[in-house]
Amino acid sequence: MNFEYAAAPESRSVVKIDPEYGHFINGKWVNGSSHFNTINPATEEVLSRIALGTAADVDAAVKAARNTFDKSWSKLSGRERGKYLFRIARIMQERAREFAVLETLDNGKPIRESRDVDVPLSAAHFFYHAGWADKLEYAGVDTTTAPHGVVGQIIPWNFPLLMLAWKVAPALATGNTVVLKPAETTSLTALLFAQVCQQAGLPDGVVNIVTGDGSTGSAIVNHPGIDKIAFTGSTEVGKLIARAVAPTNKSLTLELGGKGANIVFGDAAIDETVEGIVNGIFFNQGHVCCAGSRLILQESIADEVLEKLKRRMDKIRVGDPLDKNTDLGAINSAEQLAKIRELTAAGEAEGAGRWSSNCALPENGFWFAPTIFTGVTQAHRIAREEIFGPVLSVLTFRTPAEAIEKANNTPFGLSAGIWSEKGSNILWATQQLRAGVIWANTFNKFDPASPFGGYKESGWGREGGRHGLSAYLKGSAK
Amino acid sequence: MSGRLEVMKTYKLYINGAFPRTESGRSYEITSNKGEFLANACLASRKDLRDAVVAARAAQPGWAKATAFNRGQIMYRIAEMLEGRSDQFAQEISLQTGASAKESLQEVSDSVDLLVWYAGWSDKLPSLAGSTNPVSGPFYNFTVPEALGVVGAIAPIDKPLLGFVATVAPILVSGNTAVALASSTAPLSAISFAEVVATSDLPNGVLNILSGQQSELAPWFASHMDIDGLDISGLPIDQHGAIKEAGVENLKRISAFTKTTEPGRILAFMEAKTVWHPIGN
Repeated sequence: MNFEYAAAPESRSVVKIDPEYGHFINGKWVNGSSHFNTINPATEEVLSRIALGTAADVDAAVKAARNTFDKSWSKLSGRERGKYLFRIARIMQERAREFAVLETLDNGKPIRESRDVDVPLSAAHFFYHAGWADKLEYAGVDTTTAPHGVVGQIIPWNFPLLMLAWKVAPALATGNTVVLKPAETTSLTALLFAQVCQQAGLPDGVVNIVTGDGSTGSAIVNHPGIDKIAFTGSTEVGKLIARAVAPTNKSLTLELGGKGANIVFGDAAIDETVEGIVNGIFFNQGHVCCAGSRLILQESIADEVLEKLKRRMDKIRVGDPLDKNTDLGAINSAEQLAKIRELTAAGEAEGAGRWSSNCALPENGFWFAPTIFTGVTQAHRIAREEIFGPVLSVLTFRTPAEAIEKANNTPFGLSAGIWSEKGSNILWATQQLRAGVIWANTFNKFDPASPFGGYKESGWGREGGRHGLSAYLKGSAK
Repeated sequence: MSGRLEVMKTYKLYINGAFPRTESGRSYEITSNKGEFLANACLASRKDLRDAVVAARAAQPGWAKATAFNRGQIMYRIAEMLEGRSDQFAQEISLQTGASAKESLQEVSDSVDLLVWYAGWSDKLPSLAGSTNPVSGPFYNFTVPEALGVVGAIAPIDKPLLGFVATVAPILVSGNTAVALASSTAPLSAISFAEVVATSDLPNGVLNILSGQQSELAPWFASHMDIDGLDISGLPIDQHGAIKEAGVENLKRISAFTKTTEPGRILAFMEAKTVWHPIGN
């Protein structure tokens, strides 16, 4: 059967992009000293020019954040603070379409995902945390109600607005002020968020946004006026930050890489499982730290699952991210595409069997077809290293103990999936897996009320839920 | 001369439920606060630490799998065993630190009471620190705290018994196993505590105790890739930065505490695990 789809592009006219942006410091737009291009990864079209934040820009932002914290924000009641967050949540909902289109243009993710996942979850995150602001004394065992002060936050490019919400909402709810740096390739929705803060009447200096690259991030990490750092990104950079922060009094939380195991037991409901595998690895082009990037199949059903998976993968529509039919959008950058190519080449060189879906890829922009590797061993690089792309490594097992052994055989510990129809087996596997988020008979679900974060080298601390709040409260245990 | 000659105790390490000497063959002299010879303690080496971690890693899944009720009972049993030997422990503390008999006895009773306090947390903290999460969708979602794994502990130099108990009890009660370094200057109380532990049904390898120098061993605790967490309450604050830096390679969870009764001491060495499952038929 051959389905033909007419193009159904979302209009980009809802969003206005300035030719150049500055930083958002102390409630005002501040010109940058130099700029770099931000492009649409689906077309390589230049969208705008983004300011490259210097140490002086970071310093100005920290001073503004400190001044506002000391003079007003820390003295505001939790109830009033919360009302600002409610306002922000509402304005994000009102401007949801604008955010969705802008996110898709800047990031390359399908509009279906930015519209149905990133933007609504971001607004929900502010709504959830708004309600915490005046209830911090109920936030947990051995938690305090005292904010750290000025929080430096560095976020990745895979969920630009959602990661901003994960960082900013709890920081503000607990009474901190913020200096945030969006990722180099995806600054635009953060800059639109600055406008939301203005519309919400958020006091100047509560949220400061400095755009830039790694050097800007480094200036934030090493700034002595910052009390806490929150970072989401690679384990490699996370460790650099942890080393820099170790000799200081700064508090630190990290959400880092993963190599999530998605275990399919012989009794799983196969068709649902295949959908779950696809969602686990191809959601957001596989640019997901908690992706189910290692499929661990029980031998008895491996052939059947792989056959159905390939058939399903051939139906994944790859192309224009603004098209409402698109399932898989563009790889975020040339750099990331090169990394995916390097690791997949290593997969072939090390002897794994490569299969990619038969889809046409656009000429311009950065694209990678949905790909699986079979015959992967635990020693292969594609089983050990995070690819951060639409590439799935498939391993097999005979006994449940072997499945757990393979799943846990990684320095990461962010997520894992279990597919089985037997409740006791699911709960048993749940207990054995060393990962912070376990999806059983589902995958890649997120919610502001649900704590998210990793074991082992996947990070420190949690984000979301009651557990996430404590990271923003001074001297609090989980 | 009349009377009998005292039979003195050889203080050794405690690894995997046994009392080996250090593999290094080294010892160091422990003296009273007046400078009198008390004992030759083992000067544990990096290799002893590694052996202890192997034992702790092997024991960890079994200890974590024991029911919270069972772990609480065993922790309480340690308190019972310690109580029965109060006088001996008090005397040993006084010899090492010069504390008065009354002060030392107080330290022992405080240690016993602290063990009882932590024992009681085993089956209560998970219900306070866990949660069911009202997510927006047809999913059952809950978060449970779990033991971190193998945790290192650098016990304080002063309060050789109470400081040691305050460091290891919260680590163990949640299902972690521990490798603990006793007070460098007054390690005898911790080594004698091993005798208490050995008669309390704590499985072999759950608590391993080393005596030696902080300056030599703390960096190896920090950089060991199979230690998941580290309590550095016993280290001088000016050394915390370097130790934290050395612990980054495996993103070790490193904490220090001042209060002895603090649920946060337990939670610092636990991980929160969140589980999702669809609801439907």
